[in-house]
Amino acid sequence: MNFQLNTQSMREGNVTMGKVAGIVANLVHIEVDGPVHQNEICYIHLGSIRLMAEVIKVQDQFTYAQVFESTRGLRVGAHVEFTGHMLEVTLGPGILSKNYDGLQNDLDRMEAIFLQRGEYTYPLNEDVLWQFTPLAVPGQTVTGGDWLGEVTENWMKHRIMVPFTMTDTYTVKQMVAAGTYRIHDLIATLEDRSGRLSQVTMVQKWPVKIPIRAFREKIRPFRVLETGVRCIDTLNPITEGGTGFIPGPFGCGKTVLQHALSRQAEADMVIVAACGERANEVVEIFKEFPELTDARTGRKLKERTTIIANTSNMPVAAREASVYTAMTIAEYYRCMGHKILLLADSTSRWAQALREMSNRMEELPGPDAFPMDLPAIISNFYARAGYVILNNGITGSITFIGTVSPAGGNLKEPVTESTKKVARSFYALSQQRADSKRYPAIDPIDSYSKYLEYPEVKKYFDENISEEWLDQVTRLKDLLIRGKEAYEQINILGDDGVPMDYHIRYWKSEVIDFIILQQDAFDKVDASTPIERQKYLMEKILNICSMEFTFENFEEVNPYFKRLINVLKQMNYSEFRSDAFNGFEKELDIILSERLN
Amino acid sequence: MEKIAFQKIYTKITRVTKATCTLHAKDVGYEEMAVVGDRLAQVVKIIGDEVTLQVFKGTEGIPTNSEVVFLSRPPMLTVGDELAGRFFNAYGQPIDGGPEIGGEERPIGGPSVNPVKREQPSQLIATGIAGIDLNNTLVTGQKIPFFADPDQPYNQVMAMVALRAEVDKIILGGMGLTHDDYLFYKQVFDNAGALDRIISFVNTTEDPPVERLLVPDMALAAAEYFAADKNEKVLVLLTDMTLYADALSIVSNRMDQIPSKDSMPGSLYSDLAKIYEKAVQFPAGGSITIIAVTTLSGGDITHAIPDNTGYITEGQLFLRRDTDIGKVIVDPFRSLSRLKQLVIGTQTRADHPQVMNTAIRLYADAANARTKLENGFDLTEYDQRTMQFAREYSSTLLAIDINIQITEMLNTAWELFRKYFRREELGIKQELVDKYF
Ligand SMILES: Nc1ncnc2c1ncn2[C@@H]1O[C@H](COP(=O)(O)OP(=O)(O)OP(=O)(O)O)[C@@H](O)[C@H]1O
Ligand SMILES: [Mg+2]
Repeated sequence: MNFQLNTQSMREGNVTMGKVAGIVANLVHIEVDGPVHQNEICYIHLGSIRLMAEVIKVQDQFTYAQVFESTRGLRVGAHVEFTGHMLEVTLGPGILSKNYDGLQNDLDRMEAIFLQRGEYTYPLNEDVLWQFTPLAVPGQTVTGGDWLGEVTENWMKHRIMVPFTMTDTYTVKQMVAAGTYRIHDLIATLEDRSGRLSQVTMVQKWPVKIPIRAFREKIRPFRVLETGVRCIDTLNPITEGGTGFIPGPFGCGKTVLQHALSRQAEADMVIVAACGERANEVVEIFKEFPELTDARTGRKLKERTTIIANTSNMPVAAREASVYTAMTIAEYYRCMGHKILLLADSTSRWAQALREMSNRMEELPGPDAFPMDLPAIISNFYARAGYVILNNGITGSITFIGTVSPAGGNLKEPVTESTKKVARSFYALSQQRADSKRYPAIDPIDSYSKYLEYPEVKKYFDENISEEWLDQVTRLKDLLIRGKEAYEQINILGDDGVPMDYHIRYWKSEVIDFIILQQDAFDKVDASTPIERQKYLMEKILNICSMEFTFENFEEVNPYFKRLINVLKQMNYSEFRSDAFNGFEKELDIILSERLN
Repeated sequence: MEKIAFQKIYTKITRVTKATCTLHAKDVGYEEMAVVGDRLAQVVKIIGDEVTLQVFKGTEGIPTNSEVVFLSRPPMLTVGDELAGRFFNAYGQPIDGGPEIGGEERPIGGPSVNPVKREQPSQLIATGIAGIDLNNTLVTGQKIPFFADPDQPYNQVMAMVALRAEVDKIILGGMGLTHDDYLFYKQVFDNAGALDRIISFVNTTEDPPVERLLVPDMALAAAEYFAADKNEKVLVLLTDMTLYADALSIVSNRMDQIPSKDSMPGSLYSDLAKIYEKAVQFPAGGSITIIAVTTLSGGDITHAIPDNTGYITEGQLFLRRDTDIGKVIVDPFRSLSRLKQLVIGTQTRADHPQVMNTAIRLYADAANARTKLENGFDLTEYDQRTMQFAREYSSTLLAIDINIQITEMLNTAWELFRKYFRREELGIKQELVDKYF
């Protein structure tokens, strides 16, 4: 590594200053009097406020910085101060349940209704007393990321670690006793090999663009991450530490699906990065999560959630930063041995932010005017997710699912194509399904999960669901494809131009569609289906699909299957194994027996 | 115009394009207003002492020795209760012959609301139009456009919606409005006796296109005054946002920016989002609701303007002529209100969500049946029923000339269900079917 990670400063002593020499929207040209670093943060003085900016290019006599705020009123000659730091997040207890902007400012600490330019708020509470328990003992050898102690944050163990910047090995010289401490209080003193002492508190900083690598190894994901969404779990599962993406035209259900995942997925912590999307959608989380309970722990959802809100009307450069801020926080908690679900809505807005800047810098554009290195940027980002084994043998994971908003709904565009190369599960939302209100509009045939091919995942199914599961999934998918083919034939040849069997085949696939694929995200019961109920449904539906029904003529097929679907739907709306559910199940058996030989 | 004594006057323009001019000047603020001759302009680029101005009226006939004066302020609007009932141009100057507005001057295009200070939109806006209230219910604090081809009566529908909505102020932002449509609005508002709660900022087709760029920010600055300062319910009408986006592309192309899709600037999404995201529900009760118009060309919603709009707004209302019944309807397939979830079934009757979805699904079945028919196939008995249903649904519920209460809309839908279908064909929750079928 040729950059210095020491967050004290990238340069000892001399402070670089500069003067604004040009302004084009949020791109500022600066003349500097000393060395600067790529991606260094600087502050531009405007009257009594300071605007935060990031160096994004150095060329000839100019340093170019993207300003994280509106530049209205800024003048040539304005004073610029360089910090010697890259864009960093502050890591320590208290991040959980916070609402941050893309630069990790605590939004709740801002007084005014309207965001004030140049107002930056500290992301942690400095006065809170945490009950600290030491985990390391004096004399122990440690390195960056090793656990020195822990506090309890909401209900989660928050490990206090050796700062990630300390990549050497150290000896624990002193540890404080168990007790209550503030985040900036001294927790431990470490000694390096040359005898130099470092003092460690509960807070550390890390530059967001650089992955935190304080773990032993990254392994292939093997455990399925249960989400309660049937067409994910049953058809194309995501794994713990896996990556997925959801492309779809506007209004097809990307956000509703991500919100469902954020409520239901079985994760220790959920980080939601609202990246250049609507403020009202974030407000929904702000208002609902403190009220809703996590079915698994019985605790409020807010307790396991951190929100990074950089909505579409907030500054564009901070939008780009927001996904990195979210990822870095996720990596921090992963190093504590937790299971993190990171959701970003929408990664296209982040790519567009890159495009806007690249345009302003008059760089040579790639496809659709996006920067040439977009594929690399996207792939490096997705690579930060994953399942890791920490130095102490404990495991942690980041599962990352991003949405993509393709222009014109056309998946042949740079962001979708670049993401497809790196994300392992693909949930394509279809306009046609959304139009006919078949929600969630995930196309069952175009979508895929590469994890189904992993032997590790097969083993997981064998041990945790059943040995038949994978075969059943394949059968279900085949039935859907055959149903689609039959439907196409019926459309070409007419209802009476095809054998009866085509109608039955089509309607069997409709049963799968209506009962397994479609799921009402706004219904109390239907919204989330636990895996054992999904298993029940799989068996029930496959059983129905394998039955031989007899009909006199094709006109009878549609009304019959409609009745079947209707009862099955009533079951989906009822609590599993409740009286109502059992009643409908009996009704179903009666209807089934009518048509069987 | 607004020249102030002792200000430095520049007289040497070095570069002129259709929408911008460039000169050497010192101590100029970014986005500051200026006057070039007698035309208002705004700083859009500063490189060293070279300042580029966007001239709102265009640069036709501008001499290189025009007097240029910088005004040391961004574009502003004078806000106050006196705005009510008045008509202004894109600069916020009265065009109705009335007196100048006195009061506080505020910069337009100001900062965004802190998301944690927002309230969740929660009040239903009833319009009487079932295509809206039943299928795409509107809520205060929402932003939603009509997507319509230029020959659809979107201005009429929007005026009707505005007058029926129970709001304190209606603010019209007209961009590239034809003079006839401008008079139409004036007349409709006047006839309704509503002029005193209406404020208009108008750029007509007779005005220079670049001036339009100021209109949304002017309208929204006024809206913020009434909604944030006075806690009022404000409805902002923006018509036509496609013409606004066209003006954006004129300016960015003149500034040699690399256009992205459909020759629109790469920043189109952010530019539009800055406007639409001004829609808000404030905790103190005030709200800004934005209803806009985005005209389409040949119904193409994949064009960059409607496409980016759809990604920003909370749904869209798609107007289409239904040739079966010879009326304009709110198309249930392409239309959507994303905030309807917040009110339907709670502020309206419990069966609302399911009735709405079922009716649309049956309407989709009818569309399939129609395709079959067009392909020369026989229809099944079910197909025939859906087609009859679709026709009646369209004329009694989707047509924009319907004006009834939501409960009546729901009852009408149940009536149609009963008339054409069996209960198990609906797939509606048992308890609701038992109660209403
Ligand atoms: N699972 C679902 N159940 C019921 N309705 C749904 C479901 N998913 C989506 N919808 C409907 O579709 C609307 C749009 O969904 P959503 O906001 O998630 O779209 P999106 O893909 O995120 O769009 P955009 O790209 O514009 O943000 C929702 O407001 C809701 O009405
Ligand atoms: Mg969305």
